[in-house]
Amino acid sequence: MTADPVADVFRTEWPRLVATLLRDVGDLGLAEDAAQDAFLAATRHWPTRGTPDQPAAWLLTTARRKAIDRLRNVSRHDHHLAALAQPTGTVVDGEPDNSLVDDPDRDDHLLDDQLALLLGCCHPALSPEAQVALTLRAVAGLSTAQIAHAFFVSESAMTRRLTRSKTKIRTAGIPFEKPDLATLRLRVPAVCGVIYSIFTEGHSSATDASLVRGDLCDEAIWLGELLATLIADDAEVAGLLALMLLIDARRATRLDNGAAVLLAEQDRSRWNTHTIARGLAELARAHSLRSGGMFQFQAAVAALHATAPSFEATDWAGIVGLYDVMLRRQPSALIALNRAIAVAQRDGPELGLAALDAIPLADDLDGDLDGYVHFHHARAEALADMGRHTESRTAFRRAIELSTSPAQQVHLRRRADALP
Amino acid sequence: MKYMLILASNPADEPAPDSAEFGPYMNEWGVYSSALNDVGAMVAGEALHGVEAATTVQIRDGQRIVTDGPFIESKEVIGGFYVIDVANLDEALDWAAKIPNAHFGTVEVRPVMEFDD
Repeated sequence: MTADPVADVFRTEWPRLVATLLRDVGDLGLAEDAAQDAFLAATRHWPTRGTPDQPAAWLLTTARRKAIDRLRNVSRHDHHLAALAQPTGTVVDGEPDNSLVDDPDRDDHLLDDQLALLLGCCHPALSPEAQVALTLRAVAGLSTAQIAHAFFVSESAMTRRLTRSKTKIRTAGIPFEKPDLATLRLRVPAVCGVIYSIFTEGHSSATDASLVRGDLCDEAIWLGELLATLIADDAEVAGLLALMLLIDARRATRLDNGAAVLLAEQDRSRWNTHTIARGLAELARAHSLRSGGMFQFQAAVAALHATAPSFEATDWAGIVGLYDVMLRRQPSALIALNRAIAVAQRDGPELGLAALDAIPLADDLDGDLDGYVHFHHARAEALADMGRHTESRTAFRRAIELSTSPAQQVHLRRRADALP
Repeated sequence: MKYMLILASNPADEPAPDSAEFGPYMNEWGVYSSALNDVGAMVAGEALHGVEAATTVQIRDGQRIVTDGPFIESKEVIGGFYVIDVANLDEALDWAAKIPNAHFGTVEVRPVMEFDD
């Protein structure tokens, strides 16, 4: 136990508490408020009276009492009131209800309830922004202020977004239940998408000068680990976690004095080997489960980078092969771009440039790269390698124009200035 | 919970009355309505005459304004509705997905307001 016993348990107990309360009261807003009340009470009581033997039981008992207090003010919740008042064990003033932890099926219920909570937060009836905000609030336990800060909106705007989404949940009857297996399989990709969008936001923020907002990456990885605990047999869930871990292992080396440091220049000795090992283990688990999905393939590419001793010694042929497979499943210009960058490494700049320039001409690829900074950057590098410096400079200029990341702009300017 | 399923489609996308697909298409609607009735989820369901039969009414500045035509001019028009009574949004969405013209039209699912008496 550290000096902050509440913080020690917050991470694990917050989603469990919200999920259990949600099952009790059927209202997400009330569940969150009651959970918040309980943790506040803990910060007041535990330092002076000592940490309870069963923190989870203490929190749940306290939260239920707080929920009853809140419901007493709103008569239309009478049926919820009745549900809460069901005796699950005697509650003596301040004493925890240990019958809750003696329940032999408690672990299963906790998993099911948390899965219901996560799926509900990522329901397609909610907008993507609402799904992200709700997941970070209700599951990850971030405060509204923290979420607002992470997404560059005001706290009042984020409060409104959360309130609107909870209103929609209530009025439209969005269910928070563990669905049948078939429905579960259909809904899991959306959850993966929400978690990955949180990770991408943290990993390469387009507008934040510090480029990597580690907090969001940590939240996304934690959510990915929770999802993998709740759904242990899904290859894409494992693939997503592997991908995030393998990319995040490079975090310490991606920024240097306000400039973005790309893969070729990163100090690989500062990559986190423990995180890489975890990522590789998750990837192996994904491979063992069933035929691959997009997260798994992307993780396999990240694994090839993570295990390469140097940029030059990377298995570029393997990477191109993986992008070939991905393109067959999802013919997108973005995947074709990543493939072309790998082709340049495998076959040299001439063939790389040819692959890049073929993309806008292809009529079977989704997406337009003309406004995409990485496309012009890749062209600039290939042209520079071929000695076509004037054209390279033009491409760098275009990339700099399109870049919205100050750290990236610093790097691009340096590269352009280094041209003879 | 009660939901209204608002059915919108482009009339040009519907099978024409004299086409070979028309009979089977009409049959799908019958099957759908029966299915709703069988589980006791049907509250109401009607097909509407087309927008050529629509008239709009507004009161502005104390004046009654009556106009020929629908509220919004668009290729997709409201062709009918169901009001169903089901447990939650997911069940409503499942029913909406089974509507015969969901393949080429759009179904809007809106909860019906309940007022405490």
